Amino acid sequence: MVDSNVVLAGQTIAYTCYVLAIMAVMGWFSFKITRDGNSKQFKPGLFYAFVAMLVVIGVSLHIVTHETIPWKPMDLNRAEIKADKEFNITVSDHKFTLPSEKLTIKKNAIVRFNVTSNDLTYGFGLFRKDNSMVFQMQVIPGHNNDILWQFDKPDVYSIRSTEYSGWKGINMIVRDAVEVTE
Amino acid sequence: MSFMQTFLNGEQGLFKPNSLTPMQKLTLRFVVVGLLYYGFAVVEGMIMRMYEITPLPFVTQEQFFAILTAHPLVGIFGSTYSIVFGAFLFLVPFLMKKPLWSIKLANWTFGLVAIGTFVFWFSGFVSHYSPLYTLYWPLPADFTQFSVLGGTFFILGIALVMVGTIFFVINIFKTITYTPEGWQRQNAGALLKSALGLTGLGNLFSKNKKEHLVSLPVAAIARGTVDTAFNAGIIVFTGVLILIYMVAELFGVSLKHSAVDALLYKNWFWWGLDLIADGLVLIFVAGTWYLLATMITGKKLFMENVARGALFVEMVVSWTVWSHHLMSDQAQPGILKIVSGEMVTAFELITQGLAFFITLVTLWSARPLKMTHPLKFLLGGLLGFALAVPAGIMQADLGLNRILHNTQWVVGPHVHVAVLVGLTMTLYSAIYLLLPVLTNGAKLYSDKLASFHFWAHLLGGIGMGAFMGMAGLHGMLRRTLYFNGEYNVYMILAGLCGGLLLVAFIAFFYNVVMTVGLNGVLGIFSRSKLKTKDLVPSA
Repeated sequence: MVDSNVVLAGQTIAYTCYVLAIMAVMGWFSFKITRDGNSKQFKPGLFYAFVAMLVVIGVSLHIVTHETIPWKPMDLNRAEIKADKEFNITVSDHKFTLPSEKLTIKKNAIVRFNVTSNDLTYGFGLFRKDNSMVFQMQVIPGHNNDILWQFDKPDVYSIRSTEYSGWKGINMIVRDAVEVTE
Repeated sequence: MSFMQTFLNGEQGLFKPNSLTPMQKLTLRFVVVGLLYYGFAVVEGMIMRMYEITPLPFVTQEQFFAILTAHPLVGIFGSTYSIVFGAFLFLVPFLMKKPLWSIKLANWTFGLVAIGTFVFWFSGFVSHYSPLYTLYWPLPADFTQFSVLGGTFFILGIALVMVGTIFFVINIFKTITYTPEGWQRQNAGALLKSALGLTGLGNLFSKNKKEHLVSLPVAAIARGTVDTAFNAGIIVFTGVLILIYMVAELFGVSLKHSAVDALLYKNWFWWGLDLIADGLVLIFVAGTWYLLATMITGKKLFMENVARGALFVEMVVSWTVWSHHLMSDQAQPGILKIVSGEMVTAFELITQGLAFFITLVTLWSARPLKMTHPLKFLLGGLLGFALAVPAGIMQADLGLNRILHNTQWVVGPHVHVAVLVGLTMTLYSAIYLLLPVLTNGAKLYSDKLASFHFWAHLLGGIGMGAFMGMAGLHGMLRRTLYFNGEYNVYMILAGLCGGLLLVAFIAFFYNVVMTVGLNGVLGIFSRSKLKTKDLVPSA
């Protein structure tokens, strides 16, 4: 499965290009409106072409991500997908309780994390050693909170709550809790 | 004039508070209080920016999260609501050429918003009540972490703001629909239908086209006010629910948290909250852009009928868009995530894109334009939303949300760029434009300071959002603390940009005080000597 860092790199490039382009357009526009020019009437056609462009961008973003980000269709269809391994994790009183000290996973196995909260709303996220995020989900009390993931290379990850649960919750980190092996 | 004379009496002594009508004084009071609360929010923001670099010895962790809770609420209610309510209570009668329905009710709105904001800010400051603005159940009723009494006053403060908001809503709709004394009777139903866009909608399917009875900016204000009303209703309902738990606790009875479904609560609360973020803000901003563009250029708005239609679509979008905040909630039905979360949210790219395009074309049609302060701030506001809306559309994608939710990306390039650059610069544009109208011709103290304000605010706002976003892309969460300098490079750069925002605000505030003078500022808060319902003094 494509690593989340690859997706974030793609997003960074796309958004940075957009930011530079729109700043250049606004800079050019700000300069030009202070100068004399041919103020001929704008044709509605240009307006409708702009609308069509926005529609295409808005729709195609979600289609492109559905086809290129593997965890998106997997998440939408997760009820029908059988996991190779499942971990049941509970959270209460600002602490994660794991089924074992270390959650060991074979590379390329599909894993389901079932996380239950006994009191507050928390988050459940996996993070690399450099603190970058692999994935996260919300953990709502009174509901099933599950996520499927496929790890494509050996590594060690920490679990961290990604949702604020009061000031007592800022140290909700279990270091090196997940290990993916060959 | 000497520095002291200017400081006391304003630039060239042109500002005479005694010449102001009650409506001018009321509007200026809203603006002054709104700017003071903006200053509060900036200082709070800077404390947090510094704390993200290294914990400050005089701020405890509990205090940090109390600041994090108060900061957006002071910014939205204390500052933005004050400035927007003040401006619209002046502009609706101004544009409809009739007096405000009730100045008394508007004074109540002013007092309730100002006092309510102080009450919830102060109770959070003293008690460290800090469930954050999202109030995810059952955190606001978690009395193992938070003071019940502090929380009770916090919620009461918010309730005061909401009562003031409801008074604003009543005043706006009554002003649109009522018939002033001595006037020929007006058709209230027809005015309301026109303001809400129902006339325009009917025109699409009818051969007999009816004329629009209200101007486009008034229609925008009316439609945004509908969202304001719904939002106030949801916040009051949620506040009452939380208060029930608090009052019971004060009487020694601990109610069960599980009596409220956390996911259902999160859905209704985000439905209401999103009426601000994705509703009234976008609609009010679009309406303000249209008004500013037509006032700056003196030209008719490009594609005005489509703009009216887009405002109606935006209102409907704002009622159905909330689910993009629950994309990481696995119990949330997938159909809601796709339809409301992804598809409806993508409509905001279209509606806001249309407003952006229409405003730019209207400006273009009037060139050459002089690069005045209102124009440059309007262009800054347009750029802010052009940057922030696509950032929001990206995080409202099921695939990307999995790795962006609750990171600094959400609050950096999206929220802070939208609010600080998009919304605030639009409001500054309106303030610079309306200053002569509201002050009967006061002259701005320094154009250089206003230009510095523009550049420092623009660069500070975009820079801070950008560096927060970079930290977010590297995994930095938005609602926690890091103690080992994990993201210090980004946080120091974001802090410097935040400092630029603070300096920009100080320059602006100084410029305003020197424009109207200290006596002028104090004079705004004294009772008007003119007994008139007119908006500006009659010539």
